[in-house]
Amino acid sequence: MAHYIARRFLIMIVLFFGISILSFVIIQLPPGDYVSTYIQQLETAGVKIDSQAIERLKLRYGLDQPMHIQYVKWMRNILLHGEFGRSFQYDEPVRTIIAERLPITVGLSLVAMLFVWVVALPIAIYSALHKYSVFDYVWTFIGFIGMALPGFIFAVVLMYLVYNLTGHAVTGMFSYAYVGEPWSWGKVLDLLSNIWLPVVVTGTAGTAGLIRLVRGMLLDELGKQYVTTARAKGLSERTLLWKYPIRMAFNPVVSNIGLLLPALVGGSMIVAIVLNIRDIGSALLGAVLAEDMYLAGSIILVLGSLTLIGTFISDLALAWLDPRIRYA
Amino acid sequence: MTKLIEIKNLRVHFDVDEGTAKAVDGVSFDIGENRVLGVIGESGCGKSVTAHSILRIVPSPPARMAGGQILFHPRSNGGVQAPPVDLLTLDPKGEDIRKIRGKEIGMIFQEPMTSFGPLHTIGDQIMETIITHDRTSKAEARTRTIELLRRVGIPNPEKRVDDYPHKFSGGMRQRAMIAMALSCSPRLLIADEPTTAIDVTVQAQILELLRELKEATGMAILLITHNLAVVSELADEIVVMYMGRVMERAPAEELFNNPLHPYTIGLLHSIPVLDGPVVRLEQIKGSVPSPCALPDGCVFHPRCDKCRQGVCDGQEVPELKEISPGHWVSCFPQPGGRGL
Repeated sequence: MAHYIARRFLIMIVLFFGISILSFVIIQLPPGDYVSTYIQQLETAGVKIDSQAIERLKLRYGLDQPMHIQYVKWMRNILLHGEFGRSFQYDEPVRTIIAERLPITVGLSLVAMLFVWVVALPIAIYSALHKYSVFDYVWTFIGFIGMALPGFIFAVVLMYLVYNLTGHAVTGMFSYAYVGEPWSWGKVLDLLSNIWLPVVVTGTAGTAGLIRLVRGMLLDELGKQYVTTARAKGLSERTLLWKYPIRMAFNPVVSNIGLLLPALVGGSMIVAIVLNIRDIGSALLGAVLAEDMYLAGSIILVLGSLTLIGTFISDLALAWLDPRIRYA
Repeated sequence: MTKLIEIKNLRVHFDVDEGTAKAVDGVSFDIGENRVLGVIGESGCGKSVTAHSILRIVPSPPARMAGGQILFHPRSNGGVQAPPVDLLTLDPKGEDIRKIRGKEIGMIFQEPMTSFGPLHTIGDQIMETIITHDRTSKAEARTRTIELLRRVGIPNPEKRVDDYPHKFSGGMRQRAMIAMALSCSPRLLIADEPTTAIDVTVQAQILELLRELKEATGMAILLITHNLAVVSELADEIVVMYMGRVMERAPAEELFNNPLHPYTIGLLHSIPVLDGPVVRLEQIKGSVPSPCALPDGCVFHPRCDKCRQGVCDGQEVPELKEISPGHWVSCFPQPGGRGL
């Protein structure tokens, strides 16, 4: 077991450096850099800039150096000082921007994950145990709609309905009055009255997918010999179902923990923009468009690392759940 | 001989898309205490469904218990014999049948590789049976489990009890399966193709183990197999099944020495012989019909080389008749033939 954990951990570190190189290279791939984009913006606005100023800007941002030097400097600052560089766009340290937005994203993802499990697992288990019942068919139908419906349309429709029915405008994570205010009970309640909508919207597709996955997995397991064996031992249906097949059906749920975060961030980006949530997805989109390379690269790196950690956790959980993995 | 279980005219039908498959269609036999009854037949002849019906673990739907009785005689309590229970009338999810499963009737299955759940230790899964039925403490169940594993020939049982199934080989899993089936000293052990998925070298060991345990515990065994060698090793009495019906039933020696039904004769002739001249292996002509479209009359008549037109292919189904003491055959009598 210790060997297994150590190996996973080493692989994780190697992958971390791989991700950092990849994310740095990818954000450099589009032609031009931040300075050229910036100058273009100024020129369209009618401002003339001389070549000396351009050089000064390039020097200031370190853009005159070759790519690998830039990468090494960037990584050294991250590892030694926890500094991710400066965002050109916001003219702020990247760390500040990430610190402001990451908790919203991670919090939203965790709540959405909880929502997905709480809704999907009971439905999936019931559907599998009552295959081809009315309940099963109804949820299959709802599930496919949930998978097919684009999140941003669902978000707009929900906002419209909520506003029409209650007069409460759900935009952002907080109502206008609480933005920038210190935490208080009022603010927590306000958060709860707003957060459900992005959670439902970003979680719906995942819920529908998980229902299908767990239902199918459980149906497979229910037909296996060991279920009949358990029945032939004289166990009650409830005991044997929970002990044997349902536990097996949890495997894909656990192995998906690590993949849930990137899926939610990717899937929620447009939703976050529609709902005006200052999460990390919308910051990433802006940074990529503006070629704000340190911000974009750092966000990709941070999300990548969180995914690695998530995968590591799900590997540990799987090993705990399934002895065959532990010894492999 | 005291009867332990009597199966009377059992019918199990499966409602499938193609129609109704009569997997078991009027099967009767009984097993006495401490006797071994072998049921042989080709794949799909209904022998496994019959065995699973006894414990009521045939998935339903699609299966439907279409008729008959399975009478199980409970243990006599201080000389008083309680009336037999008809297992077919019990709720398959109810408490009454659960008290019989694992406790009165143990079962071992064909596939030792998948018979244990992969997420729990072998010991845990055997102890579970003991705790469920005998309400013992966990420690006591564990001691009994180790003893059982030792008895079925698992080396180093104190350690192996905590192993997961994937650490056991196929033969060892089947031994552990036998230990599990015997954990509450059942009076009947149903062995559904216990050696089919096991290496030939281990097959003999498993059969020997079953024989020893039968002698030691006094339990009865219902042995389901398609392997004539297996059944000849162990069985006192043999039932030959074909397409959900009993073709012939006789004491083992009688059946091998004096088979009467053409199907039984065909089966016995299709065994290769090691000594003697090399001849082409005989086979039963034709192939097994669809269980949804059984032939009229005798189900075997399209493949039978003694089939008589107008008799065997009529509307009438041949009855299972006792030709000589203990020897039952379901075949139309042949003119001038001895019995048949």
